[in-house]
Amino acid sequence: MTDSQDKDQLLQDLLKRVEALERAAPKDQITIGVMSGDLERTMLAFIIALGATTFDIEVELVFTLRASATLRDPMKKHKNLQELEPSAIKFDLEKAGAMSLEQLIQLAAESGVRITICNLSLDLMDLERDELIDYPNITFAGVAAFIDLCSESKHCWFM
Amino acid sequence: MNESELKATKVAKVIDARGTACPGPMLEAKRAIGECPVGSVMEVQSSDSGTIVDIQRWCKKMGHDYLGDVANDGFWSVYLLRKV
Repeated sequence: MTDSQDKDQLLQDLLKRVEALERAAPKDQITIGVMSGDLERTMLAFIIALGATTFDIEVELVFTLRASATLRDPMKKHKNLQELEPSAIKFDLEKAGAMSLEQLIQLAAESGVRITICNLSLDLMDLERDELIDYPNITFAGVAAFIDLCSESKHCWFM
Repeated sequence: MNESELKATKVAKVIDARGTACPGPMLEAKRAIGECPVGSVMEVQSSDSGTIVDIQRWCKKMGHDYLGDVANDGFWSVYLLRKV
């Protein structure tokens, strides 16, 4: 084999290895699984998501179980499921200068935070898709999507 | 692939995962793909629409080609080409 053939082969091998590494490398992305229906945890998930967007980090929020019910739009509610409402803890949001959950969701939408909703949890929570809030970037998926999102993220948290 | 192309595709194996919830359809897909020759098409039938995005991401990660999905009466047919 000539010297230049050796170099070509080496280059090809290196390109293949770089491509494989790029496929396996996590993106600048965090995935936050949210399963609690508590207002404070839901708010915190959005606050962390918004914080991450200021670092140009992509954020995927994955809602499951009771947390899915917190994304119900009260105006679109089909049934009265009071026990599944996010707990009405009376934070003094205004006094603290804090944003409401609705404001946080609006900002998250504008900041490109993506939401994935566990499809099974819709059935478990007796939720219809058309009862959910209007949000620009909602995907309905299952556990495989969650695992894949985590594997392509640098960090994955659950709350 | 569009719906008519998918319906005309020769399918090597059909997995009936209807009536099982997440993660049932994924487990059945994982078990069955080993029985499909490389280069053949598998159809996963699921009544859980979450299976569509799940299979899309799973294919990308595992190196298979996601071909598309067709909505039927009460369930979805998801088609994929085994590549590896």
